Amino acid sequence: MSLHTTTSQTVGPFFSIGFTWLYRENLAGPAVSGDRVEIAGRILDGEGKPVPDGIIEIWQANSQGKYAHPDDKQEKPVEPGFSGYGRVPTNDEGRFHFTTIKPGRVPGPDRKLQAPHLAVSVFTRGLLRRLVTRIYFPDELSNKEDFALNLVGADRRGTLTAKQIDGRPGAFEWNVILQGPGETVFFDA
Amino acid sequence: MSKTPGYRRCYPGTQPRHLHPPYVSSLKRAPLQPLVPLPHTLTEITGPVFEPEIADVKASDLTHQHAGEPLGERIVVSGRVLDENSRPVQNTLVEIWQANAAGRYLHSKDQHNAPLDPNFTGCGHAMTDSEGRYRFVTIRPGEYPWGNHFNAWRPAHIHFSLFGPAFATRLVTQMYFPGDPLIPYDPIFHCTDDEKARNRLISKFDWENTVPMQALGYRFDIILSGRECTPMEAHRHGEKS
Repeated sequence: MSLHTTTSQTVGPFFSIGFTWLYRENLAGPAVSGDRVEIAGRILDGEGKPVPDGIIEIWQANSQGKYAHPDDKQEKPVEPGFSGYGRVPTNDEGRFHFTTIKPGRVPGPDRKLQAPHLAVSVFTRGLLRRLVTRIYFPDELSNKEDFALNLVGADRRGTLTAKQIDGRPGAFEWNVILQGPGETVFFDA
Repeated sequence: MSKTPGYRRCYPGTQPRHLHPPYVSSLKRAPLQPLVPLPHTLTEITGPVFEPEIADVKASDLTHQHAGEPLGERIVVSGRVLDENSRPVQNTLVEIWQANAAGRYLHSKDQHNAPLDPNFTGCGHAMTDSEGRYRFVTIRPGEYPWGNHFNAWRPAHIHFSLFGPAFATRLVTQMYFPGDPLIPYDPIFHCTDDEKARNRLISKFDWENTVPMQALGYRFDIILSGRECTPMEAHRHGEKS
């Protein structure tokens, strides 16, 4: 006999009371190896209005493509001081901002490598369960062969790819459009 | 690399749809495109690991975080975190937050005309033990009005956030109290098709964990997604684990 997963409920508007102690907007300290990246954007609702009571969580591999988790059995080094976890709230203008290192490639189905990506959970008032999405990088040839990107129609795939900000190497813009035109691709994961 | 099994998808009807019109805030925030089914990869079957040291032992007693004692009815909220296969989820982080006894959150955006309590912040966290158990001491939260519809009041509830062993097992939920007369009117509680699923969000009065002369006990067990099949089973089916 099996139990059923507890029903999800919204974080509501006041989650910062419970979540602030674990905010992590800089995922990688100075000693962590890898290319530094800075990702900024906004969460917007179906009317294009900013979502000031939203929060995203990041989960990512290190620059070698290794997760700091016991079920990652790859013979690759973990990075001391790098957990791969981030928790980033939006401000009154719906903006979020975090810095990290670009992850390496990790295995996907059929032993093929996935393109570098960050896994993202989105929580806001109004969402009864979290939304799951991913952030990919625009300058990656491996995006073409990434299995998750190829699950998505070409017309919507772009919502999963951050945009390089002109003149600022390593700085990217990536937005979460919850609903409507340009709606971000969300996964059932 | 060996293939590690993914996590189960939730049983139909037990989880909310994103768009739930009675909950007005979902109207402009719920995605309208269908979710894209994503097979679980190493990304989803791993997830943040928090060392037990991260948890402040004082954080599990919300009645002793200030110089004085908070107003309201002291309660003990405890239970177990299990997966769908009834296995305890050990050493996982449980976070809670809630309103005070008067139904007011310590948050700048909460404008409800009820008093703040200088001795109550309303947040806590704890790690589950080797049997998946957690325990909080807190104050029974008050009900409060909200703007969803005319004369809308939220039933008393405590917010829970859990990580579990993987990105795929992340869960945020709310615990309610038995006998609360507001529950039948609450659109957030009524977000699932499956009545039994939503009723599992209601804690049970817990005599065994009631502390004499001190605090009533409430029990709230939480189930996180479990593995599709165990490595042992996978081995039997001819896969190397």
